[in-house]
Amino acid sequence: MTELHLLLLFMIVGAIVAVEARDLLSSVVALGAVGLGLSLAFLILKAPDLAITQLVVEILCLIILIRATIKRDLPFIRDGRWHFNTFSTLSFIIVFLGLAYISLKDLPAFGQPLLRVAANYLSEGLSKTGAANLVSSVILDFRAYDTLGEATVLFTAVMGVLAVMRKTGRIKD
Amino acid sequence: MSIYFLCLVLLSIGVYCILRKRNLIKIVIGLGIIEYAVNLFFILVGYRMYGRAPILARSEEILNMVDPLVQALVLTAIVIGLATTALIVAIAIRIYEKYGTFDITKINKLKG
Amino acid sequence: MTLIVKTITRLTVGLILLYGIYIVLHGHLTPGGGFPGGVIIALSFIHLMLAFGKDTALKRLNQLRASILESLGAIMFLGIAISGFLGGYFFLNFIKRGEAFNLFSAGIIPLCNIAICFKVGAGLFLIFVALVVLSNSQEK
Repeated sequence: MTELHLLLLFMIVGAIVAVEARDLLSSVVALGAVGLGLSLAFLILKAPDLAITQLVVEILCLIILIRATIKRDLPFIRDGRWHFNTFSTLSFIIVFLGLAYISLKDLPAFGQPLLRVAANYLSEGLSKTGAANLVSSVILDFRAYDTLGEATVLFTAVMGVLAVMRKTGRIKD
Repeated sequence: MSIYFLCLVLLSIGVYCILRKRNLIKIVIGLGIIEYAVNLFFILVGYRMYGRAPILARSEEILNMVDPLVQALVLTAIVIGLATTALIVAIAIRIYEKYGTFDITKINKLKG
Repeated sequence: MTLIVKTITRLTVGLILLYGIYIVLHGHLTPGGGFPGGVIIALSFIHLMLAFGKDTALKRLNQLRASILESLGAIMFLGIAISGFLGGYFFLNFIKRGEAFNLFSAGIIPLCNIAICFKVGAGLFLIFVALVVLSNSQEK
């Protein structure tokens, strides 16, 4: 799985560029590169539904970020307590990664999943639902209630955006 | 095992960006990086070595498929992540129109 | 936008819409389904708006029609769910399943895909219209 390791290293480098770039447009473009690497990683991990969805959602997310922030670029300075803040953040992250390394040993080895519930879906998905795409049969037949919840969340987000961006006055010219 | 660790390094880069940056759009970018890392971690847990995609074919019998339940969860999570990013960008635009800046140390009026 | 962008948009925006409809309708046979198909259909309208300006795109699908389409998708999904009560429980797959690998198979799954496609596509187009149209008017 060396190609997966290389792809993850590419994503990490892209994420570091996205975080530290001074120009906002450069960091949004680097975020797009990270999303493209993620779509390739989904393809290597044998998940074609997710690769298609991640690619098109990434494009839409880039359009929204660029369209909303293209003219609002600002420079920044370092203020007073910079050293203490950076030191405490880095020490928190190092403690988190150390504890994660200890607890990741309890996960099953990469490549041998447990599949307690999914073994049922794999063996009797076609006979119970008649769909050849097993991911669709899980989303829309075995776990259709979660899809109803997702439709509700999307609806609420659209209502929220329309309510926040309501026009407060009209400028006549 | 080392792949899980690289995925968590990506997550911690996103956490660093949310904690330390002062521009509001950089904070949104950090949130996006955390979403990518979490979705990748789920799919890494559900991968079977030399497995095939969970799509049945008409002519052959496929025995080892990767986990379809995790892919259903992450499909939902990707689309919800887009909706929340759109909502937070809309709120950021309104904050810019009211305060004139994206700097979070200057956005501190609680009322009005 | 320049002439090259406008010409390419005129040639390809119909193909993008057709590709989105294909991914929605074959969601139970090949990878895809309602969610990526809906996003692709929204992207075709956004492509039209980015290349030609907001008047051309809003003439084809104005805000009222998009809002009605989104609510229609949500109501259709709920209707399919509640009509499962005819057979026994919520979300029962009550249409007969047909033989596998055909286009008209798998019970309620193609209908649910179409409902999700309306909802996601119209919702994302409304989000983009709200961010573009309403932020343009405040910048003057």
